[in-house]
Amino acid sequence: MHDPLSLPPGAHLLVADAPAQLLPARELMAFTLASHIILVPLGVALPLITLIMHYRGLRRSDPTALLLARRWSAVMALQFAVGVVTGTVLSFEFGLLWPGLMGRWGDVFGIGFGVEAWAFFLEAVLIAVYLYGWRRLPARTHFLLGLPLPAAALLGTFGILAANSWMNTPQGFRLDSTGNPVDVDVWKAVFTPMFGPQFWHFVVAMFMTAGFVVAGVYAVGILKGRRDHYHRIGFAVPFTVAAILTPVQFVLGDFIARSVFHQQPIKFAAMELVWETDTHVPEYIFGRLHPDGTVTGGIRIPQLDSVLAGFRPDTQVTGLTSVPASDRPDPTEATIVHWAFDIMVVIGSLLGLLVLCYAWAVWRRRKRPAAERLPGSRWFYRGAACAGAASVVAVECGWIATEVGRQPWIVYQNMRVAEAVTSTRPATLWTMFGVVIVVYAFIFGSLLAVLLKLRTRWRLEDAAAGAASPAEGPETETPYGPRAAVPGPAARTGARAGEDGTP
Amino acid sequence: MTTGGIVALVLLLAVAAYACAGGTDYGAGFWDLTAGGAERGRRPRWLIDHAMAPVWEVNNVWLIFVLVIMWTGFPVLFQTVFSSMWLPLALAVVGLVLRGAGFALRKPIKRVAGRRLYGALFAVSSLLTPYFLGAAVGGIASGRVAPGTTASADAWANPTSFFFGLLTVTGTAFLGAVFLSRDAERWNAPDLVGYFRRRALGALAAAALLGVAALFVVPTDAPHLWNGLTRGAGLALALVAVACTVATAVMLLRGRTRWSRWSAAGIVAASVVAWGVAQRPYLIPTSLTIEQAAGAPSTMVWLLVVTAVALVLVGPALVLLYWLDTHAELESLSESDLRGGSGTAGSG
Repeated sequence: MHDPLSLPPGAHLLVADAPAQLLPARELMAFTLASHIILVPLGVALPLITLIMHYRGLRRSDPTALLLARRWSAVMALQFAVGVVTGTVLSFEFGLLWPGLMGRWGDVFGIGFGVEAWAFFLEAVLIAVYLYGWRRLPARTHFLLGLPLPAAALLGTFGILAANSWMNTPQGFRLDSTGNPVDVDVWKAVFTPMFGPQFWHFVVAMFMTAGFVVAGVYAVGILKGRRDHYHRIGFAVPFTVAAILTPVQFVLGDFIARSVFHQQPIKFAAMELVWETDTHVPEYIFGRLHPDGTVTGGIRIPQLDSVLAGFRPDTQVTGLTSVPASDRPDPTEATIVHWAFDIMVVIGSLLGLLVLCYAWAVWRRRKRPAAERLPGSRWFYRGAACAGAASVVAVECGWIATEVGRQPWIVYQNMRVAEAVTSTRPATLWTMFGVVIVVYAFIFGSLLAVLLKLRTRWRLEDAAAGAASPAEGPETETPYGPRAAVPGPAARTGARAGEDGTP
Repeated sequence: MTTGGIVALVLLLAVAAYACAGGTDYGAGFWDLTAGGAERGRRPRWLIDHAMAPVWEVNNVWLIFVLVIMWTGFPVLFQTVFSSMWLPLALAVVGLVLRGAGFALRKPIKRVAGRRLYGALFAVSSLLTPYFLGAAVGGIASGRVAPGTTASADAWANPTSFFFGLLTVTGTAFLGAVFLSRDAERWNAPDLVGYFRRRALGALAAAALLGVAALFVVPTDAPHLWNGLTRGAGLALALVAVACTVATAVMLLRGRTRWSRWSAAGIVAASVVAWGVAQRPYLIPTSLTIEQAAGAPSTMVWLLVVTAVALVLVGPALVLLYWLDTHAELESLSESDLRGGSGTAGSG
């Protein structure tokens, strides 16, 4: 049927020949990435949200806003630290799991990582200065030193997305007779066709998710009856950031889906469960693809997929069967991609509705005093409380759609995942996977426990102090005053005994 | 010098920077481990926490940079190293995770038992991670890995790896103690200045002994490295390391610690650069040269451009951070800063 000579190198590897290392390596990579990506929204976007709050506090001399910014800094410190280690794991895994990918393609698409490494460096420096500068730096200097943080975060995202979009639409090289890439054009390898759509979609998703997650914490507080200034601005600032970006994300989401349609037609076919190349293709909402090409379950809307892809019912949509079975996701993978895509779209639409409610309520209440401008409905806050978790789910789904949708390729149409995998014994990989699960469960469990504990501690302290008039913060102290002496052993013991809760 | 050579130099300098910055960090963990029980070790641990916190992420980001230069500039080197020394590198990364998480998460925890658990994780992995990284370097230096070799214990469980692993651990302990001794002065903890000075001297003595012992191992086990270290630039750098060692020992013995951090970092940096220079023109002695491993020419040029731009951006930021840190302008938020109530500020 297909002339094997015209196929890209490695295409002779059938799914059945897949090395035994493939499954554990994939599972391990998927698990560590899925865990890491939970921390990414806060890593990318929490600095900006905190700086906005910080600015508000300085501008309006609002101690509550400054207190919030300080507390968010404390959270940022924790999650950034865990993000650094889970990110380091990923860079090791490139070598431990996919040496074939890096060995052959490292010099073609690695430059994005080079940008990312330095950006991350800059971010680590700036975040350290910001987090540890609260007490002793002059207030204005401290704020200004924090300002480049969001730019550094965007630069880091640029690097990672450049690498990932290259794997989706690889270009900027030529293969020599032995199948090795030569004539590398770095510029083309960075700015691949999928780069723009992926970058903007991802960045906006990060800011939305961080906004919804942070606002969700205060929505819960408001639901419990704490409608004070602290909770109101703790909710309103991050939620507004997310709300402004939500409509933007609709445009960007449409843009990336259309780009996938043009640049990675097989991935698009998996996302929409298109079996045969055809016009007047129906849209399936959920549903399951079977090996014979039939779809069961789900809602079938005639013609809609063609309309969505090209605005006209007679738009031709490429089907999965346009390539040999060994070159496309299998039906199970296609169903996973399809569900991930649909869940993401559903969550996005629900978030859009929530934001509409917010905009409507705030507009109607625009002339009231500041304390009453936020929506009053409990249902709104219930929705807002769920929005954080929902947007994290949406991020995971988007990532699943893009990664599983590329299968069986690690470099689309140029290298299979099976060719890139390490030759380490499968048993070793499974053991490593087990160890990593235990370690990650421990770390993420601890992170969550510590965050919840901080929350409880702060709430109890606020309740004990009786309300919304925070103490003088460190920025009201003399910036260059003498450093407090280290507590001596005796004093320390006393203080510690108290802190430990021992009577 | 070819672009490949320049990128190799950048890689070597990044490794040296990681050895100094990350090494200090691991060393602090080593002294955390050996600080004794909860009561006896409270003050050293308190200092370690406060001195390390603002800079530890930055110290560890050097490693990511090293990896990125490896796979972008020398893809074959990256593939070879990670394929043939799978286990030590996998163990090192598990150690890295436990270490970072243990360090970050133990601070907000108030219960002694919890702090102990996280502290123990942090400390033990501070010992294991540098050992395995050092052992991997030993595998490269002794030429036991070559493109195409599969994972085997021989690559990292051999005399050179063993010595490099031990040297790395003692080196980090030494660096950590020297820096902490200076930090103790900045943090007004005079009793800890001597405490860490004595430990720095002990670690330096141990490292010197190991160095002498290595003289008996390296000539036979890693002959190419030995040749490089006994002539030309390799010899000169090795002598610089020895001179720095003597200078540091004198400063530590006299209690004049003002420049000791610089000379201590000088020992480590000179040793690392000496190793790299001694291996010329090989990235992995006698099986992979710099030119063979170098990536596409345009990538190498762009890698240098990215590095140059980044130096302009990151350099000043890094200087600012270390300046603020060494001038005690950076302090973590205390309990009272995060407290909303009135009248409690300053009691933390």
